[in-house]
Amino acid sequence: MAEIGRWNRALAAVLIGLALVAPFILYPVFLMEALCFALFACAFNLLIGYVGLLSFGHAAFFGSAAYVTAHTVKVWGLPPELGILAGAAAAALLGTVVGWLAIRRQGIYFAMITLALAQMVYFVALQARFTGGEDGIQAVPRGKLLGVVDLSDTLTMYYFVLAVFLIGFAVIVRTVHSPFGQIIKAIRENEPRAVSLGYDADRYKLLAFILSAGLSGLAGSLKSLVFQLASLTDVQWTMSGEVVLMTLVGGLGTVLGPVVGAFFLTGMQHYLAQLGSWVTVVQGIIFVFCVLVFRRGIVGVIASYFTARRKPHGISPAATERPAEARTAAAPGAP
Amino acid sequence: MLDWIHLTVPPAPAMFAQLLVGLINGAFYAMLSLGLAVIFGLLNIINFAHGAQYMLGAFCAWFLLNALGLGYWPALILAPLIVGAAGIAIERLLLRHIYGLDHLYGLLLTFGLALIIEGVFRQQFGSSGQPYAIPPELQGGRNLGFMFLPNYRAWVIVASIAVCLATWFTIERTRLGAYLRAATENPVLVQAFGINVPRMITLTYGAGVALAALAGVMAAPIYQVSPLMGSNIIITVFAVVVIGGMGSILGAIVSGFALGLVEGLTKVFYPQASSTVIFVVMALVLLITPAGFFGRAR
Repeated sequence: MAEIGRWNRALAAVLIGLALVAPFILYPVFLMEALCFALFACAFNLLIGYVGLLSFGHAAFFGSAAYVTAHTVKVWGLPPELGILAGAAAAALLGTVVGWLAIRRQGIYFAMITLALAQMVYFVALQARFTGGEDGIQAVPRGKLLGVVDLSDTLTMYYFVLAVFLIGFAVIVRTVHSPFGQIIKAIRENEPRAVSLGYDADRYKLLAFILSAGLSGLAGSLKSLVFQLASLTDVQWTMSGEVVLMTLVGGLGTVLGPVVGAFFLTGMQHYLAQLGSWVTVVQGIIFVFCVLVFRRGIVGVIASYFTARRKPHGISPAATERPAEARTAAAPGAP
Repeated sequence: MLDWIHLTVPPAPAMFAQLLVGLINGAFYAMLSLGLAVIFGLLNIINFAHGAQYMLGAFCAWFLLNALGLGYWPALILAPLIVGAAGIAIERLLLRHIYGLDHLYGLLLTFGLALIIEGVFRQQFGSSGQPYAIPPELQGGRNLGFMFLPNYRAWVIVASIAVCLATWFTIERTRLGAYLRAATENPVLVQAFGINVPRMITLTYGAGVALAALAGVMAAPIYQVSPLMGSNIIITVFAVVVIGGMGSILGAIVSGFALGLVEGLTKVFYPQASSTVIFVVMALVLLITPAGFFGRAR
């Protein structure tokens, strides 16, 4: 295990190093967009990968946080850090309500309920006055971080986005490896057993849901500052589908998978942008492909390759790198 | 936001007109949630492509008219057959491989299919709708004294109720339906009795898809034939399914029509909420009876 820990630390150092020099090589706005979606996908993965709950309505949290941040920064004149906190808090609050309703049902119903409630949020965003309807909230000022650092500079904004992403990512990794994370994994594997051991499964599910919603909101708030725009796209069901796809491509239930998936899909969208609706078609094809033959995702496949090399005969002691299908298939409450 | 609320009692004709619109919407909700329930019962898959297949039905009728000159009545038979055949191909080629997995993968796979179908049609037709004329036999309408009833809408309501009841009768009252229900409970045992369950699953999916396509053809003259018509309706139908529960065929029919009426009534009294009211009802139902009105807790 110590060896694995060392490898992980080395990998983390290399990745952070890459992220620090990346804006000098790649287009910074693309990187910022990818980082926002990476955080969003990581937050989503906390639910599907570790609690085994498929939320098909995460755009509601992403989008409503984007609106709240855009509104508070532009109309109320809040500084960016408070605007982002307000957005994330609003998303967590919304997540409390949605989660409280949705955890009453399991499996496939959970997905449909979250989708339906997110659609309701979409219609509210379409009609409410402060969201600007079809136009969205445009020209959101990035402002000065803590009143000192001017975020209108692209490079400064990039490092701010990177910092927020790393904080969010650290929170997720810490959560997954905490006792709380162990319990939610136990609930995923066998809910009746976790309940019989005295854990209030619904409370843990709700907490995980709120955390996931809040972090999705953090990503949405960040995105609204990067693009200086909060629009209906952020809150639409297609956005919920995209985050599912990012996580699926990267690898459900892997720590780095959502990040890889987010970069992969954001990159693809940039390359295919001129193709119009074909992007949707390509996304659909990737969905079908992943579900049929690539359920472990990019990181899942790589990780299982390394695990197999490291322990040629042994059985992996940790359940973390098991293929996603075996894990979700064992999930209770999905008859 | 409080200035949204201005309750006024509208004149009776306007109210009946909205109720009629609600009943029409309800007819489509009922037919679509019925198909979803039938497919879910046997395949254990939530067919996210159901909306796209409804849209395919409408486009199929449009193509039949504009390319082959075949009108509404042939389309009413042909479009469900064609789209249903496409559904059978999907089941054979794709869905078959994921039955052993968690249900979530079925949702994701059919979501991908919906994206593919809708993307192709959006690329060809944009997001605007194509008009589809009401068949000449059903043009015009009659005055009922308290409201004007267009003939085509009356036909849609009658036809959809007939289709729903026929489906209910087939599943609950015939030998074929008995096999179907038995296979839903225990496919292995039914197969052991010599019934070809995989073929039954294939045909069930085809029938569910054909039902969606039939709804699409019937919807074509009312709403415009648009690539987006499927995704607009499918999420609402999901909410209807959550409310009704997927355990019961009759439940799907009743809740479809009832929620259409609720939506119509909301349009009369508080139009701003009409797009969200079904979701609000869903939230309330979850609070009161988490399993839905006709469902078993899952």
